[in-house]
Amino acid sequence: MKQSISQIKSSLQKKEISVEELHDEFFKIAKSNINNSYNLILDKEHNKSFITESQKRYDNSKPLPLDGIPLGIKDLFCTKGIRTTASSKILSNFIPNYESFVTQQLLKDGSIFLGKNNCDEFAMGSSNETSHFGPVVNPWKNKNEPDNNLVPGGSSGGSAAAVAEGSCVASMGTDTGGSIRQPASLCGIVGLKPTFGSCSRWGIVAFASSLDQAGPLTNCVEDAAHILNSISKFDFNDSTSSNHTRDDYVSELNQKTDQKIKIGIPSDYLQGVSKDILNQIENTKKVLSKNNIEFLDVKFSTTEYALSTYYILAPAEASSNLARYDGIRYGVREKGENLDDIYLNSRTEGFGDEVTRRILIGAYVLSAGYYDAYYRQAQKVRRLIKNDFQRIFEEVDFILTPTTPNEAFKIGDKLDPISMYKNDIYTVPTSLAGLPGISIPSGLSSNGLPLGIQFIGNYFQEKKLLQIAALAEKELAFNE
Amino acid sequence: MVIGLEVHAQLKTSSKLFSSSPNQFGSDPNENVNFIDSGMPGMLPVLNFGCIEKAIKTGFALNFTINKHSVFERKNYFYPDLPQGYQISQFEFPILTEGFINIESGQNQKKIRIERAHLEQDAGKSIHDIDPKYSFIDLNRVGTPLLEIVSYPDLKSADEVVSYMSSLRQVLMYIDVCDGNMQEGSLRADVNLSIRKPGGELGTRCEIKNLNSFKFIRQAIEYEFQRQIEVIESGGVIEQNTMLFDTSSGETRAMRSKEFSHDYRYFPDPDLLPVNITQEQIDKIQHTVGELPSQKLERYINELKIEKDIAKIIIAEKENTDVFEKIHNETEVPPKLIASWLVGDIFAFIKENNLDVLSLLNKTKAIGELLKLILDDIISNKIGKEILPRVLNDQGSPSEIVKEMDLEQVSDSGELEKIIDDALKGEEDNISKYQGGSDRVLGYFVGKCIKATKGKGNPKLINKLLLKKLQK
Repeated sequence: MKQSISQIKSSLQKKEISVEELHDEFFKIAKSNINNSYNLILDKEHNKSFITESQKRYDNSKPLPLDGIPLGIKDLFCTKGIRTTASSKILSNFIPNYESFVTQQLLKDGSIFLGKNNCDEFAMGSSNETSHFGPVVNPWKNKNEPDNNLVPGGSSGGSAAAVAEGSCVASMGTDTGGSIRQPASLCGIVGLKPTFGSCSRWGIVAFASSLDQAGPLTNCVEDAAHILNSISKFDFNDSTSSNHTRDDYVSELNQKTDQKIKIGIPSDYLQGVSKDILNQIENTKKVLSKNNIEFLDVKFSTTEYALSTYYILAPAEASSNLARYDGIRYGVREKGENLDDIYLNSRTEGFGDEVTRRILIGAYVLSAGYYDAYYRQAQKVRRLIKNDFQRIFEEVDFILTPTTPNEAFKIGDKLDPISMYKNDIYTVPTSLAGLPGISIPSGLSSNGLPLGIQFIGNYFQEKKLLQIAALAEKELAFNE
Repeated sequence: MVIGLEVHAQLKTSSKLFSSSPNQFGSDPNENVNFIDSGMPGMLPVLNFGCIEKAIKTGFALNFTINKHSVFERKNYFYPDLPQGYQISQFEFPILTEGFINIESGQNQKKIRIERAHLEQDAGKSIHDIDPKYSFIDLNRVGTPLLEIVSYPDLKSADEVVSYMSSLRQVLMYIDVCDGNMQEGSLRADVNLSIRKPGGELGTRCEIKNLNSFKFIRQAIEYEFQRQIEVIESGGVIEQNTMLFDTSSGETRAMRSKEFSHDYRYFPDPDLLPVNITQEQIDKIQHTVGELPSQKLERYINELKIEKDIAKIIIAEKENTDVFEKIHNETEVPPKLIASWLVGDIFAFIKENNLDVLSLLNKTKAIGELLKLILDDIISNKIGKEILPRVLNDQGSPSEIVKEMDLEQVSDSGELEKIIDDALKGEEDNISKYQGGSDRVLGYFVGKCIKATKGKGNPKLINKLLLKKLQK
């Protein structure tokens, strides 16, 4: 079994292992990059001073919260002096001169970056197949078809695969409609999307600004709590950053409350799902019910509209957010006879099909004559979805759902966009509402592939959310 | 002719609307540019609340409804000097709505209604004339805060437009919202013009973009007005076009027609929260508005008893009033005297020497002293005018100069009487003329006496003594 951050730190403190040995152990796996989970791997030379400094702090018994912990970083976070591509051709030569707020915090807390994790291009995708650097392979195999390469999910597919393959202790991902939780589920690991506004978006290549949120992909819930402690901070430079007081998410993680916990299960989410998926929910209910937890049936009135709403709003914002990639100031510029040609050629060549599709959808729903019918209407529905969740949170403390409607599928399997979009059916409503959600592995499918369940909490209730997830993790004993 | 104006006023703030880069003119290309301005991936705008304050001040000065809730939206279009690929502006919910300003139209006052004013970012500059092959981009201006003030089509002539624009400029400078420097582009206007027969239906309008001087505004309006008349009279129709004014030929020409107009795909900027302002914040800002030009004019005329025409010249520029009020506060000279000297010889000196009016702020004490010398009859008005350049060139204080040059007015009646007696010698003919009723001769005698004193004789006293002597 993989070691947790606490366990690794303890070994480092006891000198059972040095920071350098720890680094090398993970670096070796990362370097082989068998699953293509990295767009870029930082050589040891780059990290030498970080390793030395970290070791010094252990030697002085003053380690930082994440000291020496090898991390992967989704290639959507701008990292100073380190190529940041968003897995797009158009940014394939881009080296930022600044460090994103979130990665700054991780560096400040002593962690060491191993490389930039592959992802869907501009985080648009649910299978990591839209990357300019090629698809990522899920480390898990279908026991009935062991020769097939499976997708890791997306868009943080490289991050999920990297953690699952053991090439880093944890990886930073971003979640817009499920991009942390869905790949975590398909790769059998933990993925947390915090409340919108918890972690600064400053320095993260934007996809859909009102939905994007950074979060960790980890081996266990406690590791997610460690990372959240580091990255959840108010940032003046992000106008949507919340300045509420943050909890310590680690210290009381395993504390039990005497109060009865109520968990709602939306029955409409479970209509027509496979037996494998249904089993996850049933099993979770079974193992948790002895813990003074009551399960209630809850009913959303907006579920059927969530995906359409998402696929109007997210592309609308993306169409505008991606306008800056014009080949003029940075990134790849194609030749052209005149200015319009340069734009056309650079963007046609620079963006892949899925990104182009979403830019076109986005431009369409915002255009004169269609704005009211699509964009404005979708904003109204988004409000209804938020209200729907708030109504349900009056009755229950958490909502439990499957994370995905299916297990990992074959690379190249889901070619039509609509069925791909449906992969996010359980994660998108939470994103639209801005609520926190965590996916933890709950069991294996009949094909021997990991499946996950999602707990959804109310705004900024990450502490409680992590507690219930930690309890479920223990009872489900997936890692054992 | 029916005209509506969109005026872009650059706000006088130390940093930009959404980034901490300096907001200043005249820096080297791309010097005032940070990662936000240059549209780097992952960069986010943060609202400079100073711009909201300036907008609210404008709201008070131009009688606007100040909206407690306003929203920044993205206006999407591609251009190399627009790094984000969109301009952040206000669209559906602007910060100010329904204001007005009173302007002078001929001898009358006219109320011009203003539909709205909203905050937005300026774009950078594309420079096409440095190299035959390449265009250059200067992003210094990117993100500079603008307040776009949109009037109703209440303006009927080029004169009214110029009057409106200069009144607007005056107010914005008074409340310290805009430096009013049109040459540097701090204040620019888009003119929407259409024509119609009296009482007829409104015609199709054309928009002339980006006019940055009163002269060009007037020329562009006059040209476009004639153009539209010629089109209509020759049986044509006006197409709704965006026009450019060619400053060298003095002509307007179409830039793009409505068919090719952009669909800007406005939508609320998800990187920014709606702006919600409290009544307390608004009240606090109200206290900073200060005296407006119209209020100042009234006070100058009614309280300080300055003639209307002179008062108008002073209030025309805020800097003039700064100088005037400083002198007024520092000395006991009647404001009327200060005012007439200021708009007369002092401004003439400034103009001749190409100086900045504000340079007078260091010289207000000396000016006050000079005027006091005149008021107290120590020197004559004429001597005062003569030594003014020396005073303004900092060549000593007025009393020093007077002493040094021995210019003190001769007010010793004994001395003057001697001079008068000398002057009257051999003037028997003229004396009898005077006594015969010719007043003109008196002036001649006064002049002769003053000449004899080398201009230093106190004319009032000379007059008095002369009269006495002549009556004998």
